[in-house]
Amino acid sequence: MPVTPSASPPTRPAVVAVARRRALHGWAYAAPTALLVVGLFVLPVLLVGQMSLSDWPLLAGNQGLNAPENYVDAVTHRFFWDSVVFTLKYTLIATVLLIGLGLGLALLVQESSRWSAVLRTSILVPSALGLASASLLFYALYSPQVGPLSPLLQRLGLADGPVSFLGTPDSALWSTVFLVVWRFAGFYMLLLMVGLQGIPHEVIEAARMDGANRWQSFLHVTLPLLRPSLALCTVLCVTGSLLAFDQFYILTKGGPDNSTLTVVQLIYNVAFQGQNDLGIAAALSIVVLVVLVVVNVAQMRAMRAGQED
Amino acid sequence: MATHRRASARLVASFLAAGLAGSVLAACGTSSADGGTQEAQVSAEGVDDGAELTLWTRAPLEQQANLLVEAYNASHENQVELTVVPNDDYVAKVGAAAGSGGLPDLFAADIVYVPNWVQQGLFADVTDAIAELDHADQINQGHLAGGTLDGRQHVLPFVLDVSVMFYNKDLYEQAGLDPEQGPTTLAEFSEQAKAVDELGGDVNGTYFGGNCGGCLVFTWFPQIWAAGEDVMNEDGTESLLAGDTAQEVYGVWKDLVDSDAVGEGSKEETGATWTGPFLEGEVGVMPFPATMLATADEALGEVGVAPIPGPDGGASTFVGGDGIGISKDSENADQAWNFMSWLMSEEAQVEVLAKNGDVVSRGDLAENEYSSKDPRVLAVNEVAAQGRTPLAINFQQAFNAPGSPWMTMIRNEVFGEGGTVEPDNEEITAVLGQ
Repeated sequence: MPVTPSASPPTRPAVVAVARRRALHGWAYAAPTALLVVGLFVLPVLLVGQMSLSDWPLLAGNQGLNAPENYVDAVTHRFFWDSVVFTLKYTLIATVLLIGLGLGLALLVQESSRWSAVLRTSILVPSALGLASASLLFYALYSPQVGPLSPLLQRLGLADGPVSFLGTPDSALWSTVFLVVWRFAGFYMLLLMVGLQGIPHEVIEAARMDGANRWQSFLHVTLPLLRPSLALCTVLCVTGSLLAFDQFYILTKGGPDNSTLTVVQLIYNVAFQGQNDLGIAAALSIVVLVVLVVVNVAQMRAMRAGQED
Repeated sequence: MATHRRASARLVASFLAAGLAGSVLAACGTSSADGGTQEAQVSAEGVDDGAELTLWTRAPLEQQANLLVEAYNASHENQVELTVVPNDDYVAKVGAAAGSGGLPDLFAADIVYVPNWVQQGLFADVTDAIAELDHADQINQGHLAGGTLDGRQHVLPFVLDVSVMFYNKDLYEQAGLDPEQGPTTLAEFSEQAKAVDELGGDVNGTYFGGNCGGCLVFTWFPQIWAAGEDVMNEDGTESLLAGDTAQEVYGVWKDLVDSDAVGEGSKEETGATWTGPFLEGEVGVMPFPATMLATADEALGEVGVAPIPGPDGGASTFVGGDGIGISKDSENADQAWNFMSWLMSEEAQVEVLAKNGDVVSRGDLAENEYSSKDPRVLAVNEVAAQGRTPLAINFQQAFNAPGSPWMTMIRNEVFGEGGTVEPDNEEITAVLGQ
């Protein structure tokens, strides 16, 4: 059957050409992102990797290979284990409080009652403030000289003398946790609220028909269906807390007596505040990066396992 | 906003310049670091041909730096562009620039960091040029010594900041003290602080940066020097801060803390606001930076000034502030030297610094038309002559850094149980000797 070339089904080279064009399109679409990732993540990480293996004083630049001394110096630094323990403690406290409070608030404001819009907004407003600005605000509020909180507590009869918010290790930790909860609770409430609204009403209705009370339907219906949202929040919160820096840098500078020194602050101090050794700081950064990758992979696994159930 | 934009424009420009220069410099190897700049500088005046110069300094000396740069720009072809960096970020910024070859033409550095930075090769050698200056022998010796390595000089004093006792004359009067007579011994200081503290209300006897190593070095070292003792050995490798006089000084402060004559927040004070309470009129007497004299007068009317005494009298001060040098990366070394040499002139020292109530860097100008008007300024200038500048390569890590061993020692002695002064002192020595 004679056919004209134009009407024939595409020949093999034509298919290849189309596929190639598609592939090119794909690369073109992906290229900006790929460039950004390479330029802003891969290259810096490689540079940090090189720094961590080199003798690299801040002011003098690269002085040649120094592996593995930097890593040894990093983990034997006199504040390394203190800062690891403190960071883990802070992460645990912040995660439990933020997720718990975020979930509670989300349950509270999800029903559209008269006040929920006002409540929702007022809880969310602090999230619009940068963490550094919020820390500065609390620095002023906590200030023993100009802060209004201490006189207020005294007038209300909740405190006998002046309250030193940042003066002791425990008060400094809890004062910072309070700031972080104030700043982030609204954000986690929002994430969990979206999750809650994604749960079909019928399932809850069905549970109620089966005679489940509020608590039971929350425990056995809402919570399991909320699992992806909870996992997302946990990943965000744990990662964010392990990398805590701004709030402690501004409020406590790691004090009093190095009791609130987080790992990232230690990195900053080693690099810029005295020791001025970028090599050791980079080694610490790599250690933190590896830990974060492991933690995140574990959390993602746990999340996926949850979905397969 | 405008300065922000200018700064970023300059950043871009300096990147471009660095890029262009890179290819040229590559041929010369690394010789430009130290020796490359000194040849043409031997003229005392340097070159004034309308070059654009960049100058970095840190925020505490912003007022003085602005006045100096304004005066220079008004009278010279060269134009200096000043960038003021927050105190805490300054080392990081200089470090990043040094690593990438992007230092400005001129930059100032806290004089206690200068020995380290000179050793790292950040400053160009200006020994021969300094020798050409008319009044070379009158320039503050502490600052010159800080910038000297192997007999070669790299740094001139930019702004001197000395520590003196400030006291609030109003509060002294209210407390029944003589407002014209400051403390002459630490015991008197303690008595007067307690007397003012009796006034009650928001008023406290004294205040100090209890969590700020730099503040404590600046205000407490003179109390030890005033008794004729040293804080470190000559090389700056061994700490002598466990001596009897030092312990006596700690005891005076511990007593003030225990008797609650110290303002709220001293213990947490990281240095960001350590001068605040006094300027608000809530503190009776405390060791203070003399550069704040104009500011304090503005806030409180006339403040009282006295030298910092030792436990049994005497007087001393910490000659701090910033030294300034030409950076290793400067392409305009001759023009930059023109600024530095002008800085040492009577015009800059008297008509700019002294007029503002600041300490002059040249001994022969200590008595000038402005200082003779104000006996307090004269007193500050006189005490500056008796002052010292402690020099050590690892000064920052041993004293200024957050969580430094010096901080640990003071906090143990003044806020804690005490009794660990010997081991704490050994820890300082260990860091100094690294």
